Amino acid sequence: MARAFILLLLPAWCFAQDTLTVGSKRFTESYILGEIVARVAADAGEARAVHKPGLGNTGIVFAALRSGAIDIYPEYTGTIAFEVLNDPKAVDIRAINRELAKSGLGVAVPLGFNNSYALAMLDTRAGALGIRSISDLSRHAGLALGLSHEFLNRNDGWPGLKHAYRLPFAPRGVDHGLAYEALAAAQIDVMDIYSTDAKIAKYGLRVLEDDLRFFPRYEAVLLYRLDVPQRFPATWAALAKLENRIEASRMIGLNAEAELAGKSFDAVAAGFVSELGGAAAVAPGDGPRTFFGILFGGDFWRLTAEHLLLVFASLAASMLAGIPLGVWAARSPPASAWILSSVGLLQTIPSLALLAFLIPLLGTIGTAPALVALFLYALLPIVRNTASGLADIPLALQEAARALGLPPLARLRLIELPLAARSVLAGIKTSAVINVGTATIAAFIGAGGYGERIAAGLARNDNEMLLAGAIPAAAMALLVQGLFDLLDRRLISEGLRA
Amino acid sequence: MITLENVSKRYGAQVALAPTTLGFPARRTTVLIGPSGCGKSTLLRMIVGLARPDSGRVLIDGEELTAVNADRARHGIGYVIQDGGLFPHLTAERNVALLARCLGRPQQWIGQRVTELARLTRIPDAALARYPKDLSGGQRQRIGVMRALMLDPPVLLLDEPLGALDPVTRFELQEELKRMFAALRKTVVLVTHDMNEAAYLGDHIVLLREGRVVQAGTLDDLVRRPVESYVRDFIRAQRSTLPEVAS
Ligand SMILES: Nc1ncnc2c1ncn2[C@@H]1O[C@H](COP(=O)(O)OP(=O)(O)OP(=O)(O)O)[C@@H](O)[C@H]1O
Ligand SMILES: [Mg+2]
Repeated sequence: MARAFILLLLPAWCFAQDTLTVGSKRFTESYILGEIVARVAADAGEARAVHKPGLGNTGIVFAALRSGAIDIYPEYTGTIAFEVLNDPKAVDIRAINRELAKSGLGVAVPLGFNNSYALAMLDTRAGALGIRSISDLSRHAGLALGLSHEFLNRNDGWPGLKHAYRLPFAPRGVDHGLAYEALAAAQIDVMDIYSTDAKIAKYGLRVLEDDLRFFPRYEAVLLYRLDVPQRFPATWAALAKLENRIEASRMIGLNAEAELAGKSFDAVAAGFVSELGGAAAVAPGDGPRTFFGILFGGDFWRLTAEHLLLVFASLAASMLAGIPLGVWAARSPPASAWILSSVGLLQTIPSLALLAFLIPLLGTIGTAPALVALFLYALLPIVRNTASGLADIPLALQEAARALGLPPLARLRLIELPLAARSVLAGIKTSAVINVGTATIAAFIGAGGYGERIAAGLARNDNEMLLAGAIPAAAMALLVQGLFDLLDRRLISEGLRA
Repeated sequence: MITLENVSKRYGAQVALAPTTLGFPARRTTVLIGPSGCGKSTLLRMIVGLARPDSGRVLIDGEELTAVNADRARHGIGYVIQDGGLFPHLTAERNVALLARCLGRPQQWIGQRVTELARLTRIPDAALARYPKDLSGGQRQRIGVMRALMLDPPVLLLDEPLGALDPVTRFELQEELKRMFAALRKTVVLVTHDMNEAAYLGDHIVLLREGRVVQAGTLDDLVRRPVESYVRDFIRAQRSTLPEVAS
């Protein structure tokens, strides 16, 4: 366990020389492609290849690439043109490379399939309404659209589509992994999918024709730092052989192996690579899965240690900063206004946005930005409860302490903080419990913890995997709560009890 | 000797204390008396530096009280408020010894001093180990006096120390305070509403009304030579056991 902590804390640059770090995004196809790239790279025998799977969204994974925290990851040309370069004309690889070169990045090795966005409905429902194309949708203003958050917010997603087709809908945001069930349960009528989606057949979906040719092409390519071919020439040569080796139907098949047959990403990738004729990698056997098998799987203690580290290291920092800030706020009414509003404001920043901002700032992904984000989120309850705990001390007692002639620091230490201890401790407890939940997002930037299972579960709509992450997190939250109730009994003076 | 030179205090439009000059003779007990809101507590709080005068100055043995020397000055002043003002998270003993511990007095000295004060204020040992919530009102008040006397300050300020007590306890504590004041010979300023208490405990009495001193003097001065009819009215409003007031 101690070794796991040290490894976690070692900055990524320690390994920069001989390690190729592969990233991937938080959906099945990206996980599988990332794993394939990592396996092919490792088999080249030149570099240690590490896969950091399931990194947040485009903003986070691209920030990780620019900062050097990862060297390469699978991406799509359309995503690069719209999301990264903000240049709808940069659709072919040549144009993209011209732009990316300025940042020391490039794309290469088109993998052989196009995974564009599409809208889909249940075939039966679409048939009943006579809907074949996206244009047909605008005649049915009562339809409920449930779109993934990423699709809703991308320039090449809903905003552009709505404009191009003059669509009259106000869509709801639905997690992509959950949208199929929502569609099957008729809670929504239309969802966004990828054209290599594993579930098109399983759920009986009709892919609506993009009759105005709105969606650009999303060729799968490798997005990499330009120094990779020099640093790892043999590895690069091996990766180049992936060009045009994965056609769309093959990709749908790989996606289905993971999402529908319940194989691990590892196993799917290993199967593909060994078929390619690389070194005969043996797919790790998945064996029969039981829920307890997943719950207490081999990674359980590692994830627990990572989660505890995230929660308590950030909590300690929040206490060190938050208690003095709370004291300051209680002492000075003008300072109080801006201290409380700024820590309150921090709380309103969406976690993925905060992480995407912290990665370039810290130049790394993983534990460091996750700790900083958790630290910032945990400040508010501690600062607020310290300030209010101090302010609530009866005036007569505050004056009695001053009239004694106790120096200010002694007054704080011996009288005011002990009298406010209940409130301060309650604030710390709130922060700790919230931290346990918030720490699950750390998995989106490769910082591990139970969130790894939740992210993987969401990515392939695997409820057991999702629960195997959510249940230990909930149990940890309860344990933390119990721990603080115990501390309350230990730390709060007997004299303050009723 | 404590002297107030032209001190005044207002809270917004409310005048708590009009410019007042007043001396408190050393080693004597001065009682501040007057109706509610007349500025008694404000006056006391100025002496211990909890309220800063808007004008004028407070002199303690000739030295002006400032923000800088306030803490040192406070070590020479014991301050007792209604119900003792004890810190609820500390036992009685810890309340009493708090300041001495903080100032690094030797443990043995502290132990001796606490025993001495417990004898003086008639606090049983068992009560010393209790938290304030587990003490009676009278005990809390005695502990408050112990805490104020811990460093043996020359000055003792008491703001309605017996205000919250039942008549019997109050009667007992009045006697004990009188005995203590006589034995300790400190400069005492005591605030009360009760003319009997003032007459019983005070060498000097200062009668206040709406932020002004109406009359300051001995009980005899107030009773025999009232400077205005208000003095007479105020004394009359009290117990009939007091001597007849001259007209
Ligand atoms: N912190 C404060 N803010 C505003 N007004 C105050 C404050 N302290 C005292 N006052 C006002 O100043 C006046 C004098 O108050 P003070 O407490 O000195 O009266 P008191 O003679 O002690 O009355 P009591 O016998 O009721 O204790 C009152 O009108 C009171 O309302
Ligand atoms: Mg008062």
